[in-house]
Amino acid sequence: MATTRPPETARTTAPLTMFDKIWARHVVAEGPGGHVLLYVDRHLLHEGSAAAFARLARSGRRVRRPDLCVATADHYVLTSPGAPPPDAEIARMVESLVTHSAGHGIALFGRGDARRGIVHVVGPEQGFTLPGLVLVCGDSHTATHGALGALAFGIGSSEVEHVLATQTLWQRKPRTMRVTVDGRLGPGVAAKDVILAIIATVGAGGGVGHAIEYAGAAIRAMSIGERATVCNMSIEAGARSGMVAPDETTFAYLRGRPLAPDGEAWERAVADWRGLPSDPDAVFDREVGLDAAGVAPMVTWGTSPQDALPITARVPDPGQAGARRPGLERALAYMGLTPGTALTDVTVDRVFIGSCTNSRLEDLRAAADVARGRRAVVPAWVVPGSGLVKRAAEAEGLDGVFRAAGFEWREAGCSMCVGMNGETAREGERVASTSNRNFEGRQGRGARTHLMSPAMAAAAAVTGRLTDVRGLVG
Amino acid sequence: MQAFTRLTGVAVPIDLPNVDTDRVIPARFLRKPQGSAGYERYLFHDARFDADGAERPEFVLNRPPYRSATILVAAENFGCGSSREAAVWALLAYGIRCVVAPSLGDIFHQNCVKNGLLPVILPADLVAGLRGQLHARPGVTITADLQRQTIAAPDGGVHRFEIDAFARQLLLSGQDEIALTLGYEAQISAFEAESPAWSRPRG
Repeated sequence: MATTRPPETARTTAPLTMFDKIWARHVVAEGPGGHVLLYVDRHLLHEGSAAAFARLARSGRRVRRPDLCVATADHYVLTSPGAPPPDAEIARMVESLVTHSAGHGIALFGRGDARRGIVHVVGPEQGFTLPGLVLVCGDSHTATHGALGALAFGIGSSEVEHVLATQTLWQRKPRTMRVTVDGRLGPGVAAKDVILAIIATVGAGGGVGHAIEYAGAAIRAMSIGERATVCNMSIEAGARSGMVAPDETTFAYLRGRPLAPDGEAWERAVADWRGLPSDPDAVFDREVGLDAAGVAPMVTWGTSPQDALPITARVPDPGQAGARRPGLERALAYMGLTPGTALTDVTVDRVFIGSCTNSRLEDLRAAADVARGRRAVVPAWVVPGSGLVKRAAEAEGLDGVFRAAGFEWREAGCSMCVGMNGETAREGERVASTSNRNFEGRQGRGARTHLMSPAMAAAAAVTGRLTDVRGLVG
Repeated sequence: MQAFTRLTGVAVPIDLPNVDTDRVIPARFLRKPQGSAGYERYLFHDARFDADGAERPEFVLNRPPYRSATILVAAENFGCGSSREAAVWALLAYGIRCVVAPSLGDIFHQNCVKNGLLPVILPADLVAGLRGQLHARPGVTITADLQRQTIAAPDGGVHRFEIDAFARQLLLSGQDEIALTLGYEAQISAFEAESPAWSRPRG
């Protein structure tokens, strides 16, 4: 309807956040209870979408806009070259995506396609994700796409079915939160350390009901891959979406990508995108600030992503935790840690470098810089985010660096971040991991996860313990 | 979807904050078809059962008074983490129709509404008080009334909760949300007709 998308200049004079602007231009209709029918420009699908496809078929409905969908196999594919599927159920999950995509005319990056990879790496890489769009996926880490200035959020299976059938979602407008990271990051400090520090500050539930915008000099200085790492873990702070205003870095990243606009459409798109950033005096419901210079390399010690500390710290003492004591005791018992232990004295059994948080080319370069000329003393996996990331890394010889250092160079996929494909750690094993969740059982029943940056994970691989990477590089 | 109007049932307390959906249903069960035989066993599986499949007696749902629970009273940020709707399916398969908490993970919260499971948000101190009553008198019941938007506690206290009108209407009617939205086809098509060319994928 004509009234749903007013030109920017005709809007009210009240200053708007980027979130407000994107939201307003996607309202198809108003519903009860403050809900609006929100248009969805992009829908990413993976093996986990099977249940939604099945219900859609049972109700005799079709996919309304297959041209706005892209599917890729990531959660259930194996990342060991040439390995047979561990069981029929896992194989069936991948087959089901192939069948449903073909049946509905949805583009699929399947096995053998170099474009196949983790859904949140593939979207930006292909230029499927664009600034100012609403993008959804049945995966909580969909906020990753906010790195390009898209309003991107994870949805459940029922909502996936709803988007397939209608290309819309009923949504209630969340509150807004701006996280400003000023200053410059020190040597050896990465985007992962920034987001872990943010989560430790606001808490695992601090962003519930909010849409986050990340701002400030330290965010502006980041590459798109680094911004993706930050936005990716918005859900670990409780927020469904997190985004960064598009700028010259964004435009340079997107230009020439296969699904991004070109020619005159590109010029129009960029002109539109320049109007997206929050107005200077826009008001956010909540503001959080962080000084980049004060961020150290971080590791988690517990079973919630908020349980993060600088690597120079010690395992906390439940006796000084007040009301949080029972939770802390349980976390330390699960993690097999003694209060007061220096984090750098904690030994690890295995290292995982990968996941939608940290599997892009810049992540692999950071890990390779630490691995180069050293030797892994525990099993260490490197799982690129996509076939194209793998190819690019190989073109600059990173696979050789990892192999020479005794790391295992694998195929693209979600792998041990979530272990749905059977790639899990053993009971009691302690994993230094670049993934996003240190929940109980996340990487396998009884497995103990410490979250950290790719450089920190590589440092743990070559020393066999949690290590301050600043002592190994620069 | 099954409608929700009013429910009186045994309530079980879960005291830990930030209970994630990986804990509600571990990833290895996500390849099991929704609602397949034995689905109720996946709920809190690794906390409820040991590696040999035997019940852990210390887990709250394994204690006899709570086994028949249909209402779960949780702590802050219950259902955080993964978007897996299977967390709601596992709760429903077990028989849980209502979750009361100071806050819920956003995606889990939406998934509850889409499946006829009533999410009730109440102040933290009040919810802690409810859990305290459930610990003190295991097996007591709570009444959740969506029509009146109230929770009746074991001690006789009646507490009003807020729920947005859209979610309330969906839950009370059990209506098919997609059918509702398909009624907006004209608006959706008009919206699409106005979308700029650059906003569509190339090719």
